[in-house]
Amino acid sequence: MLNYILGRLLTFIPTFIGVTLISFSFIRALPGDPIQVMAGERGVSDERYAELAAQYGFDQPIYVQFWQYLTGVLQGDLGTSFVTKRPVWDEFFALFPATLELSLFAMIFSIVLGLPAGVIAAVNRGKFFDRALMSTALVGYSMPIFWWALLLIIVFSGNLQWTPVSGRIDLLYYFPDPTGFMIIDSLASGQKGAFASAVRHLILPTIVLGTIPLAVIARQTRSAMLEVLGEDYIRTARAKGMSSARINGIHALRNALIPVVTVIGLSVGTLLAGAILTETIFSWPGIGKWMVDSIFRRDYPVVQGGLLLIAVMVMIVNLTVDMLYGVINPKIRKR
Amino acid sequence: MSLKKLMATSLLLSTLGVSAHAQSLVYCSEGSPEGFDPALYTSGTTFDASSHPIYNRLSEFKVGTTETIPGLAESWEVSEDGMTVTFKLRQSVKFHSNDQFTPTRDFNADDVIFSFDRQGNEENPYYTVSGGTWEYFNSMSMPDLVESIEKVDDYTVVFNLTRPEAPFIANMAMDFASIQSKEYADAMMEAGTPEMMNQAPIGTGPFTFQAYQKDAVIRYLRNDEYWGDPAKVESLIFAITPDASVRYQKVQAGECHVMAYPNPADVQAMQDAEDIVVMQQEGLNVGYLAYNTQVAPFDNANVRKALNMAIDKQAIIDVVFQGSGEIAKNPLPPTMWSYNQDVTDDAYDPEAAMAMLEKEGVTDLSLKIWAMPVQRPYNPNARRMAELMQEDFSEIGVNVEIVSYEWGEYLERSKAEDRDGAVLLGWTGDNGDPDNFLAVLLGCDAVGGSNRAQWCNEEFDALIQEAKVKSSQDERADLYEQAQVIFKDQAPWATIAHSVVFMTMRPEVEGYVVHPLGGHIFNQVGLSQ
Repeated sequence: MLNYILGRLLTFIPTFIGVTLISFSFIRALPGDPIQVMAGERGVSDERYAELAAQYGFDQPIYVQFWQYLTGVLQGDLGTSFVTKRPVWDEFFALFPATLELSLFAMIFSIVLGLPAGVIAAVNRGKFFDRALMSTALVGYSMPIFWWALLLIIVFSGNLQWTPVSGRIDLLYYFPDPTGFMIIDSLASGQKGAFASAVRHLILPTIVLGTIPLAVIARQTRSAMLEVLGEDYIRTARAKGMSSARINGIHALRNALIPVVTVIGLSVGTLLAGAILTETIFSWPGIGKWMVDSIFRRDYPVVQGGLLLIAVMVMIVNLTVDMLYGVINPKIRKR
Repeated sequence: MSLKKLMATSLLLSTLGVSAHAQSLVYCSEGSPEGFDPALYTSGTTFDASSHPIYNRLSEFKVGTTETIPGLAESWEVSEDGMTVTFKLRQSVKFHSNDQFTPTRDFNADDVIFSFDRQGNEENPYYTVSGGTWEYFNSMSMPDLVESIEKVDDYTVVFNLTRPEAPFIANMAMDFASIQSKEYADAMMEAGTPEMMNQAPIGTGPFTFQAYQKDAVIRYLRNDEYWGDPAKVESLIFAITPDASVRYQKVQAGECHVMAYPNPADVQAMQDAEDIVVMQQEGLNVGYLAYNTQVAPFDNANVRKALNMAIDKQAIIDVVFQGSGEIAKNPLPPTMWSYNQDVTDDAYDPEAAMAMLEKEGVTDLSLKIWAMPVQRPYNPNARRMAELMQEDFSEIGVNVEIVSYEWGEYLERSKAEDRDGAVLLGWTGDNGDPDNFLAVLLGCDAVGGSNRAQWCNEEFDALIQEAKVKSSQDERADLYEQAQVIFKDQAPWATIAHSVVFMTMRPEVEGYVVHPLGGHIFNQVGLSQ
């Protein structure tokens, strides 16, 4: 297992270099440059342009700029945002906990509902429950996030007033946020009602962000279960008189989990890269909106550094998923 | 303010429940500030969060007008030749304090000199701090305009100018001219954290900065030592809410008291709602189509006028602005002093336009219209606007091709004197002075730059140059009014629209005034119980 992990870690190196190169060149391949975007309608004189270009290092040949960036990255310096003038590192870690918190809740929501839904649908194949569930999953998968989020806000926050409209906590609460995870910080603050407020603020964004993974997990679980349920050893188990719950819950589900875990891993990766629409609608201060804004502003250091850090996070998730395969299926571990 | 004090305040607020809400004004803002040092930035969102609540300037714009009134300078005197401006500074003005800094002295001339020196003097240790680009300082030509700044005594500062400049006092009221504490700057430099000037701001304004959670919330507390009228609420909170529909939901749910930039499509419903107040005012901006007056046949004023007569501006207001705009006839917005009411707009008359083109011998005319790739208050949808114009022009036999480029490219390419086509663009005023529109956008010096019509009319230019150096506002207004008549006659642009700015709020909000310069200012805003 250790060799396997080390082997996987080694593959990080070319991926890391690839991502560095791609993020560096892609943002520069886009037309327009940061100085012009920053100057806007007011424009910038040629002398001033040259001065700013020198300040940002744009007057250097492109390979020199890349080398400077790469050496900076290797020393842990991702650069400073052109816009906010703050280190990319600080910006990322100020926002990432919010994205991570929401992603985790969305994944828990989709797994807790999606797995049982898929199993029940498979066991009741072709029956009303199966059809209803799979149709709902299809609707959930196809629903425009923007519309779905606004609909939930109008119904649950506007009409019923059960949940807050947006944000991470009621603005009356103010406390230090050492971890950046509102659930933890609100609990640690000891302020009455803060934790409940943080939970209430998580409900709608979690549902919205979790809807698509929920649909995908439910459908994937169903099809994987159906495949496994047709296997000989399941028939043998039935013939031996084993209870349905034991067959479905332990023997079938465990073997069906491999493709499901793959899907979950991919979903987590996508969520970590930021959920731009969900974050925008719910005023959720995460990295998705931060990255998109930076692309529009041609904020090179943020785009480069942000992509790199997101790539690292996704690589870590993928490694974790690979290790989970081993836990679920010992055959993989031994290979 | 110490963290303990802050925690105590917030605990107190939370235990007070609803009544605590009455003391906190919550503003649903549209975006995050880039930082808190206004001289480093150019966006209104940043100024709303920094220069308006936290800082003061030597002169200030009276809220709701473009009139300048004394700020940190109690008075000023302009020499007869207009080359020297002497500011008498206000005494006993206190700077804020925070965890890292407690001021040991009041505001004085050193702070004024530091605030400008750091933006123009490469030797100043703060010149490069936070990647200082000082865009407004440069774009308002301050390096060329200000020869030197002298401290006469602790409360007298003299600005020596290289030329008379009537808008100078208005420039001093702009956000980039916010006064910083030199003592704080020195302390932060010594501590090795000069960037704190931008992250933990210290000013003299009506609110002190409390905390910023990136992309989520900004908190301010009332400055009880403020030299002017104290703020009416104990705390001010900016809830950053990028989506306009969600901002409105938050106002309806009572999570915010005030919101900016409603969806134009929602405004009617807001106006009809019983518990929502909507304020409106024309913005200090203009959206226009600039012909290239150096390229035939657009070098002929009659051709340009004919095209102007073919544009159905009302349809543009209805479709593109969805009612949140007003037809523009002058290059100045109607809220600006010296706006010429007597100018008559070219009437929408396609038949007369066609006849006029025929008379000028122009047939089979083709024209490129450049459509901006971004949304702006003066043009919320340039592509749609260009399409409407394409239809209008096709009615008089003019064939239109719509082109667009990435925003930076668009701005750069549209400056070219041999540019092919007419450009959709606009402008939002910086300092409430007509010079900021007429000289910047239509002056001969700006040809090849921000004068996208490449239009240099000697008579017009002489008027605006004369107005620039006169100190009497009445005399200046008279010259600008004449300039607008020449502009209309020569038609270098088709003036399209001024946007209408809407502010949506709950009925308990008292004293809010829509500011013509576009800022959202809460110093004078209170909440009824």
